[in-house]
Amino acid sequence: MRHDGAEAAAGRAAGRGAVTALAIAAAVKSGERTALDVVDEHLARISQRDAEIGAFNLVLADEARTAARNVDAAVSRGEAVGPLAGVPVALKDNLCTRGVPTTCSSRMLEGWRPPYDATVVQRLRSAGAVIVGKTNLDEFAMGSSTENSAFGPTRNPHHTGRVPGGSSGGSAAAVAAGFAPLALGSDTGGSVRQPAALCGVVGLKPTYGAVSRYGLVAFASSLDQVGPMASNVADAAACFEAVSGHDPLDSTSIDGACDPVVAGLGQGVDGLRVGLVAELCAGSARLQEADGLDGVSAVEGVAADVIARVDAAAAALEAAGAAVTAVSVPSAVLGLSAYYLIAPAEASSNLARYDGVRYGLRVDAANAAEMNVSSRTAGFGAEVKRRIMLGTYALSAGYYDAFYAKALRVRTLMLRECAAAYAGVDVLLCPTAPTTAFELGAKTADPLLMYLNDVCTIPSNLTGHPAVSVPFGSGDDGLPVGVQLMGPALSEPVLLRAAAVLEQAGASGGGAP
Amino acid sequence: MSPAERAPTDSRRAYPSGVSGRITRDEAAHVARLARLRFSDGELDELAAQLSAVLDHAADVEALDVTDIAPTSHPHPLVNVTRADEVRPSLDRDEVLAQAPSVDSGQFRVPPILGDAP
Repeated sequence: MRHDGAEAAAGRAAGRGAVTALAIAAAVKSGERTALDVVDEHLARISQRDAEIGAFNLVLADEARTAARNVDAAVSRGEAVGPLAGVPVALKDNLCTRGVPTTCSSRMLEGWRPPYDATVVQRLRSAGAVIVGKTNLDEFAMGSSTENSAFGPTRNPHHTGRVPGGSSGGSAAAVAAGFAPLALGSDTGGSVRQPAALCGVVGLKPTYGAVSRYGLVAFASSLDQVGPMASNVADAAACFEAVSGHDPLDSTSIDGACDPVVAGLGQGVDGLRVGLVAELCAGSARLQEADGLDGVSAVEGVAADVIARVDAAAAALEAAGAAVTAVSVPSAVLGLSAYYLIAPAEASSNLARYDGVRYGLRVDAANAAEMNVSSRTAGFGAEVKRRIMLGTYALSAGYYDAFYAKALRVRTLMLRECAAAYAGVDVLLCPTAPTTAFELGAKTADPLLMYLNDVCTIPSNLTGHPAVSVPFGSGDDGLPVGVQLMGPALSEPVLLRAAAVLEQAGASGGGAP
Repeated sequence: MSPAERAPTDSRRAYPSGVSGRITRDEAAHVARLARLRFSDGELDELAAQLSAVLDHAADVEALDVTDIAPTSHPHPLVNVTRADEVRPSLDRDEVLAQAPSVDSGQFRVPPILGDAP
């Protein structure tokens, strides 16, 4: 019953040619289609085009068909099946799947078969979803282009000479190419939202603690969060509902249930107060008209065609009854620096576990210390080593106070400033990524240039707040642009409601270029 | 051990100019030892230049006077979560050990910790 509005919304999104997750689940539940037919159709698409795209590290054809047959058997027996019955889902290959290789796109974990499922994997199975494969990522989720994979890059389905973004580039590409209507990614500094933007799909970074991290291979534990990616807002919302909620196996899991998000998707944004973030929207026509923003220091490098789409999104929200004003969050310009101290510091600690003893690659040597060094040197790729080095440096004697301790204080500053902003507005609006998808190889030689891709997405990770990227037209090169909505902790219902308004405005041509 | 060298400011590709060179090759080598990683001298020079560039960018954070602001290490106030002290099944030992590079008598096997191999 509560899915009625969502299915109508999903039907509209289906105008782009994709069959939505909720439409599939409805058809499977009613017996109109079998889950096996659905999964075969998606497996066929994968075998037709994934050699070109490289979204998957591993396709689980046999396992998917078995799971689909189980769903069909339950339907035919008249048993209750879950909200994602028969829906093919792609999993980022840093989510543990029992007995099934989980590589993190690293030589270090090549061939490793986890002895347990991640909580989100179990919840997807319980919801009736059919896992079709494990998707490529930047090694250990460190990167913004999916070029840092030990198994080769993923390509953007909209233009195979361009990157899909990262680090969840395989998941974003899988959804964009129609290989699966739903995917899970993980987002430590924008790794769900930025590839979603570059591939023209919806990506949600939930509130920290809303989704269990149990079985997500750790990168930076105070920032990591699993999030859904989908071709439309309603599907992303349904996936979030299926995987979110308290998990006793994750000590940072929020106690209590998350508010439902699907039921309210059609409620619109009449009266919603939206704040355009001045520091992340340099060049916006709206900021030139705004009062009280003289002297705001904005991040550079956000492209004019992206800002134009953010302005168009503001206009679309206004047309739907929202009030848009410009707001200042001064510490947003410090986010990138703070993040690239905190995340590598946590990573250097988390990745100390890869020592060649209990799992993963071992390179034998005469003694344990040498074995340890040789295994890590052979197993990790260049970007992972760079971040371990950066984090080890930031935590080392003499530099801890100058860098890491100050970065933690920037986090406090950002939380305070966001709290002040949210006293005046309900949600914040800004770009997701500074540009549309760039060419493969364009930024691999310059790590700092690559890091700048995350400048608009990082603040939500530092604060633990939720944010969603929703496609909203395209840039001058014809490639997708995503706009980002951010909100305070546990504001997923309002974020997704606003995202649904933008999706509808875009689909009806109101906001299209 | 070679004498301390400044990271080359005209280092390959990434940072043709303007990088402070605040990390030297020797410092990079020290951090690599702490991180249990091994690099060639050329790799250390490149890393020194790249890490210097990231730290140059972080000069905005370094320059802040935030002494009166408390640090935030985590988005939520963390509380210690403990479960009831009851006997429960754990992961299957054989399944876990099957993933280890080397196993002996139900335990992880490693090369000698002290000294060289016999």
